[in-house]
Amino acid sequence: MEGGVVLLDFWASMFGMRVRIALAEKEIKYEYSEQDLRNKSDLLLQMNPVHKKIPVLIHNGKPICESLVQVQYIDEVWNDQAPLLPADPYKRATARFWADFVDKKMYDSGSRIWKTKGEEQEAAKKEFIENLKLLEGELGDNLYFGGEGFGYVDVALVPFYCWFYAYEQCGNFSIEAECPKLIAWAKRCMQKESVAKSLADPEKVYEFLLQLKKAYGIE
Amino acid sequence: MAVVKLLGTWLSPYSCKVIWALKLKGIPYEYIEEDLSNKSPMLLQYNPVHKKIPVLVHDGKPICESTVILRYIEETWPQNPLLPIDPYERAVALFWIKYADDKNPLIPKLYRTTGEELEQAAKECSEILETIEEHGLIEGKKFFGGDEINMVDISFCLVAHWLGVFEEIAGLKVFEPHKFPKLNSWAQNFKSVPVIKENLPDADKIFAVLKHRRETLLAPKPN
Repeated sequence: MEGGVVLLDFWASMFGMRVRIALAEKEIKYEYSEQDLRNKSDLLLQMNPVHKKIPVLIHNGKPICESLVQVQYIDEVWNDQAPLLPADPYKRATARFWADFVDKKMYDSGSRIWKTKGEEQEAAKKEFIENLKLLEGELGDNLYFGGEGFGYVDVALVPFYCWFYAYEQCGNFSIEAECPKLIAWAKRCMQKESVAKSLADPEKVYEFLLQLKKAYGIE
Repeated sequence: MAVVKLLGTWLSPYSCKVIWALKLKGIPYEYIEEDLSNKSPMLLQYNPVHKKIPVLVHDGKPICESTVILRYIEETWPQNPLLPIDPYERAVALFWIKYADDKNPLIPKLYRTTGEELEQAAKECSEILETIEEHGLIEGKKFFGGDEINMVDISFCLVAHWLGVFEEIAGLKVFEPHKFPKLNSWAQNFKSVPVIKENLPDADKIFAVLKHRRETLLAPKPN
């Protein structure tokens, strides 16, 4: 493992996808190691003893945990191409704020869409759409978040796009109908090889989600 | 007009984090105390998304979220660095800062809950302390990063100071010094740093406010 880059990951993880995109943007060669989350490997437990979660990035034998920390690390160390964070400190602060917003709001409200029913589910859908609309507002008329090239906030958010179909099926609603600008942005990102190759197939994600629901005892 | 303004509240640990960073770097600023029961138009304008303090305003431009603010301060005023320079060590520091950010909201549950909820809150708190003790702190190091205080230490300020107040209000002890010796040493070291010591809100004053808040929260609601 010396000198190399290894990514411990799970194919459907939006957080893992962030790191895959960053590695692809920088054209970094790495070993992808698919993890069985129901039977966690000794390596995973050793490399992330605090959370025991993927993704874990291992560089020169040393682990880095937390997807946005990993993306920032990749951006810093491989700084010769495809900068993900802007150079200006205020723009960087704005990017970090919105990536933090994605972290705090998207996973939670998205999860509640497939974990709940009835009134709770309606509330989750409403909150999810409100959060997406705030993000749409921030995107504005830019091609990518931040108004420069494809960057940090795009990387933080776009993996959720491959989960949208699953959320829509579970919640019986259309995200595109509510947030067309955001979907247009996501499709634009999908034209990039780094994104297209890193995101999971939405149909497969939905199948996986149905299995998860069974395992959780949710109809 | 001051170049740097900080909107905060005197008893918020998140507000204190920013004050400490500004003072450690010797940055002059104008402090504005916000009344969160009656949020100012300025606060709502500067933080429309979360409507929360702290907000740092630099040359008229707002920055929100305490960790985002601290990183902005670090990049704009690099003197007395609060993050390691080595990318790997920085990634480790950022991991612990995120851990603190994720766990900090759980700690105040100690003063806001009773019964089973309080038991659960105490259990969660204990687990947080165990994790920091076992994985975060290195034997013999004064602070998380070594001999000098940095952003990780600042991020764990709730554990060092506010937790004690919450425990008093709740009438239970989670942070037992003999159970968490490294964490206990660290907390003493942290509170002894002059900038921290001189800018720590008084525990008795926090106690008075939060005790009242608890009573209001737990009062039986009218039908």
